[in-house]
Amino acid sequence: MATNSDIEVLRRRFRRFAFPMTVAFLVWYLLYVLLSAYARDLMGVRVFGNVNVALLLGIGQFASTFGIAAWYAAYARRRLDPLADRLRAADADPDDTGVVGTADPAGCDDAGTELSATHGEATR
Amino acid sequence: MTIALFLAFVAVTLAITVWASRQTRSAADFYAGGRSFSPMQNGVAIGGDYMSAASFLGIAGLIALNGYDGFLYSIGFLVAWLVALLLVAELMRNSGRYTMADVLAARLRERPVRTAAGVSTVVVSTFYLVAQMVGAASVVSLLLGVTGDAAKVWVIAGVGALMIFYVTVGGMKGTTWVQIVKAVLLMAGAALMTVLVLAKYHFNVSELLGAAAAQSGKGLAFLEPGLKYGATDAWSKLDLISLGLALVLGTAGLPHILIRFYTVPSARAARRSVIWAIGIIGAFYLMTLVLGFGAAALVGGAAIKKSDPSGNTAATLLAETLGGGAGTTGGALMLAFIAAVAFATILAVVAGLTLAASSSVAHDLYANVIRKGRSDERGEMRVARLAAVVIGGLSIGLSAFARDLNVAFLVALAFAIAASANLPVILFTLFWRRFTTRGAVWGIVGGLVTAVGVVLLSPICWGGASATKPAVTLTAKQAATCGVDAGARSVGNPTALFSCTAVAPVPLENPGLVSIPAGFAFAALGALTSRRRRDAEEDAAFTALEHRALTGVGAH
Repeated sequence: MATNSDIEVLRRRFRRFAFPMTVAFLVWYLLYVLLSAYARDLMGVRVFGNVNVALLLGIGQFASTFGIAAWYAAYARRRLDPLADRLRAADADPDDTGVVGTADPAGCDDAGTELSATHGEATR
Repeated sequence: MTIALFLAFVAVTLAITVWASRQTRSAADFYAGGRSFSPMQNGVAIGGDYMSAASFLGIAGLIALNGYDGFLYSIGFLVAWLVALLLVAELMRNSGRYTMADVLAARLRERPVRTAAGVSTVVVSTFYLVAQMVGAASVVSLLLGVTGDAAKVWVIAGVGALMIFYVTVGGMKGTTWVQIVKAVLLMAGAALMTVLVLAKYHFNVSELLGAAAAQSGKGLAFLEPGLKYGATDAWSKLDLISLGLALVLGTAGLPHILIRFYTVPSARAARRSVIWAIGIIGAFYLMTLVLGFGAAALVGGAAIKKSDPSGNTAATLLAETLGGGAGTTGGALMLAFIAAVAFATILAVVAGLTLAASSSVAHDLYANVIRKGRSDERGEMRVARLAAVVIGGLSIGLSAFARDLNVAFLVALAFAIAASANLPVILFTLFWRRFTTRGAVWGIVGGLVTAVGVVLLSPICWGGASATKPAVTLTAKQAATCGVDAGARSVGNPTALFSCTAVAPVPLENPGLVSIPAGFAFAALGALTSRRRRDAEEDAAFTALEHRALTGVGAH
């Protein structure tokens, strides 16, 4: 596998999104559970009608879950999938593996076409 | 009427199963449905696999009786999918083949990790199965209006026989289609009831909440946290946090959920199926919120408790009321429809669980541990079918034996074991270069033993009254079972498994707060204390796994 730099970039991009986001939603969820356990007066404050803070925060958990899922899908399509496609293409064609790693212009070109082809397929 | 709809569902699913069996030739067909499902199909099937009777009937009932606190469950069940989406689904799809253990075996020593992971898969799935089947027995007998022990045993045997048939004959393909049909029915039923409930309150949620709070007799407290969880002392608040942790971290370690990622052609399809699942499951739990408060407002807590003290029939009673009330044709129709949906729900989930357990027995324990990879596909599939019959039979037996016990805790326990034994090891395998075989075995065994151990010391087993579990008023039957006077004030949990009067050494009902950190700690400790002789080899194995997980090169 000569495309060491590509895999490095892919790993970095994946981890840079997935790890902080996991920490963020877990903290937000735990905050919600902790408030439910220890801040019941706050949770009972009515915002409008019979809708209180607890219910709004609960709905907020739903909203943030949907939001993070959509965000990740968009991020992965844009920043992860093209790289993974290129690495797979390089692996399937051993000649390509050699040239992409050494940044041969022809090789890059090749990878580029491959990339747009598979990318088109993925978004179809 | 209800029986006719039950039978119609059974007939349709049996036909699907027989059709699927004709399409099932290779091991990949049997274990992974030929990896040919589309992201949408798999997303719907994940919903069908995940939304158990416990979440449909159970959460609606919890909300109907305890108001807001029931909602905490659905939030944990949903947010958990982000762990699966961000950290597990795609990498697992790329690096595994048929079971959870495949991922561990990709870089660690095969036999120890497959043995440990196989055992934990079977334990988690069997606990979950027993909880579902005992629940099925009480719900179905309530819905059909049959009572008595014999009826319960027959329901358990019937459900068990059907699930064995789905799995042995239809494999993953048949099971997946059963789950898809069930999910569509469940969503349709829940949506219909949600619209009917909201229409009664002019599509004004605040009005619905107000009516539910007024009818509950608890006032605005009904809409606030604290009626069920963390109601007594500091321990009960910790228990709530413990439950929250297990719910959110357990999903991505449940074997029957993990194997669903293998049924699609690529990691990208696995990602898209999880996104479909999040949409479907999220919409469903939002609807259960309306259904639960709707049942509290329209049926009323007293009527629900009279039918079933734990609230499991809230959704079906609500259906009857929405149809026009007891004794009307509309009421009977709605009741029959929702009861049939509940039945379908139970069947689809137990089939998924049986498949996960039998796949692991055949692929991990038989093919790779006992036969050391020398078995052929046909032999492996034969063992998988045999394992489905044995595990199914075992669950029928256990459930028949446990039919009168309060087994609701088994679902929470299954989530806690998944979060404590499976998730730490999966995450360390995928992301930690220095992780080792010993770490994996310690993590799985340590997490499993800690979770079960805490439950064995908890108020679930020892029901004596304490500050955390205040004494309850006993019914005559409970007093007799516990062997105390009807007026005794020494019992906090009359359904405790071992003793009603001995006080539990550990006041937590949910082991997660202890067992999840323990699982991570055991796994890390095992890895750090391993003697590092094969450093270069293990290092290369991790690099290869990471490459495959991220890119899909060499994925099955």
